Amino acid sequence: MTTTAPAPPAVKSYSALQMSMRRLVRHKAAMISLAFIVLVLLTAIFAPLIAPHDPNAQDLGGFFAPPSASYPLGQDELGRDLLSRIFYGGRISLVVGFSVAIISVLVGTLVGLMAGYFGGLTDSAISRFIEFMLSLPTLPLQLTISGLFAASDAPFIANLRQNLGSSASVVIIITIFSVFGWMGTARLVRGEVLRLKNLEYVDAARALGANNNRVMWRHLAPNMLGIIVVSATIDIAGAILGEAALSFLGFGIQPPVSTWGNMLSNAQEVVLSYPWLPFYPGLMILFTVLAFNFLGDGLRDAFDPKGRR
Amino acid sequence: MAMYALRRILQMIPLLLLISLVIFGLTALQPGDPVDQLIFGNPRITPEDIARLREAYGLNTPWPERYWTWLLRAFHGEFGYSRDFGIPATQFIFTQRLPNTLLLTIPALVISTLIAVPLGIYSAIRQYTFMDYVLTFFSFVAFSAPVFWIGVMALYLFAVLLPQATNGAISLPPGGLGSLSPEDGFWPFWLDRLKYLIMPLSILMFREIAVTMRFMRSSFLEVIGQDFVRTAKAKGLPNRSVLFKHALRNALIPIVTILGLSIPGLFGGAVLTETVFSWPGMGRALIDSLVSKDFNVVMLCLMLLAILTVVFQLIADLAYALVDPRIRYS
Repeated sequence: MTTTAPAPPAVKSYSALQMSMRRLVRHKAAMISLAFIVLVLLTAIFAPLIAPHDPNAQDLGGFFAPPSASYPLGQDELGRDLLSRIFYGGRISLVVGFSVAIISVLVGTLVGLMAGYFGGLTDSAISRFIEFMLSLPTLPLQLTISGLFAASDAPFIANLRQNLGSSASVVIIITIFSVFGWMGTARLVRGEVLRLKNLEYVDAARALGANNNRVMWRHLAPNMLGIIVVSATIDIAGAILGEAALSFLGFGIQPPVSTWGNMLSNAQEVVLSYPWLPFYPGLMILFTVLAFNFLGDGLRDAFDPKGRR
Repeated sequence: MAMYALRRILQMIPLLLLISLVIFGLTALQPGDPVDQLIFGNPRITPEDIARLREAYGLNTPWPERYWTWLLRAFHGEFGYSRDFGIPATQFIFTQRLPNTLLLTIPALVISTLIAVPLGIYSAIRQYTFMDYVLTFFSFVAFSAPVFWIGVMALYLFAVLLPQATNGAISLPPGGLGSLSPEDGFWPFWLDRLKYLIMPLSILMFREIAVTMRFMRSSFLEVIGQDFVRTAKAKGLPNRSVLFKHALRNALIPIVTILGLSIPGLFGGAVLTETVFSWPGMGRALIDSLVSKDFNVVMLCLMLLAILTVVFQLIADLAYALVDPRIRYS
């Protein structure tokens, strides 16, 4: 005699990730931001195809020319097309943002995991060091270090310059920002580890014979994916802003490479006569950074297990 | 508490040592040395003179040794001469630059807190209302905007566009510390100074206000969800006294920490603001001396900025103990 098991009730189940994604999709500001970020990414990737002019081509008749039909956003002090420079500048600004965020988040996660998991002396050493880093006057130090590196003739800097040419300053800036950028993630991850490490599932994993490494990377880290992604998003925003500030002061990424930041150098002198020149690059920075911050906010809500909106 | 303050001040020593060591090491990697710049444009100098100069300034010794010499002198308050200005670096910074930076940063910190705390409370009490959304949106913009760019655009607005539109009725100076020849007397002088201060100060406060306001909002929301607030309400206390006596005191405590954490950003912001508005402060001095390789001034500026950052943070920490009786530093 055969009996068939009763069919399970037709309830669709969602994984935690799926539920988070559903919450994210409902977050309007985050979705608009995401669309904007994708748009900016596309203009950066396809800059050679869509830019109306060569970003470095100088037009001797067009110094400081106001916006016109063939130069929609006007021309700069060397007659270069502002719109094309914004498309190309986005490439560098985004590369800096993403690189710094990825490096900072990797370092921050590693350091935070160690501090939270091992506790004791490791934790207090790491925590003191983080406090130390947070009490540094960040921007003055960054600009001094960047300025000194740029002018230095030390062998490793000379090598870098020889191999990368004008992009050497991009690598220097990414390095400097990463050195000063990992503490936020480290603190967040440490706090989260302290909360998670005494839960039953971690005990269970350990009882099954998992070693420290396995517990840290296979059981703790995946549970923190949410806050890590949020942290990375905020870090991208911070790095784009930081690059802009340093380049504005003249100690960031050096011409002829264009970034949204170094298109603003000398902005305070130019603005009095040619206000459109600093206006558009600054607007791109504002919108892009705003978009990453809104996206980060949306992701935070989406990953928050308490949020059931 | 005195012991705690002392310990914090002692902790400054490794901080200053590390910063000075790194920066000094980096200056040693620079092409050329001070003598190269000293003899620049002097055709009559002989190689023997140059060698003598190098010997006299100790430039033949390896840089760690030079660092040690610098450190010993710095410990006695001697930071060398500013090559650009021909006066001791300390005299240049302390008499001409530091006061201007403090004139910008201290009011920025105080006024922005005074504005941000009520705004944060308002935003929390009126959570999810129209005004709350407006304030939230404002703070997102302030977090995200390159502050120097806002400054540049304000410069255009208040120094070019509005003066033209209103025939000079609304007009702010495009930069600098004050008029070249202000009228005599205390009030005319400070009124003139205020006109020059108003834009840099507002721009510097922009971000501070947003940060403090957001934290005040979330701190206040957290406190008014707690049991003791419900108890106070249940006792029949008027809403006003529950919010402003019971809740406010507790909500203010974390704000002090946030103020401490925002100090490095304040001095970073000052560097940018001073550049935008040609405000002759320490940030501007740091940048100018870095460009002209006047490293004695660079070192002194960084040391002072680090000390100021730590001292301001220490004040915030001590204020923490004042507002929260549960905190005892020992």
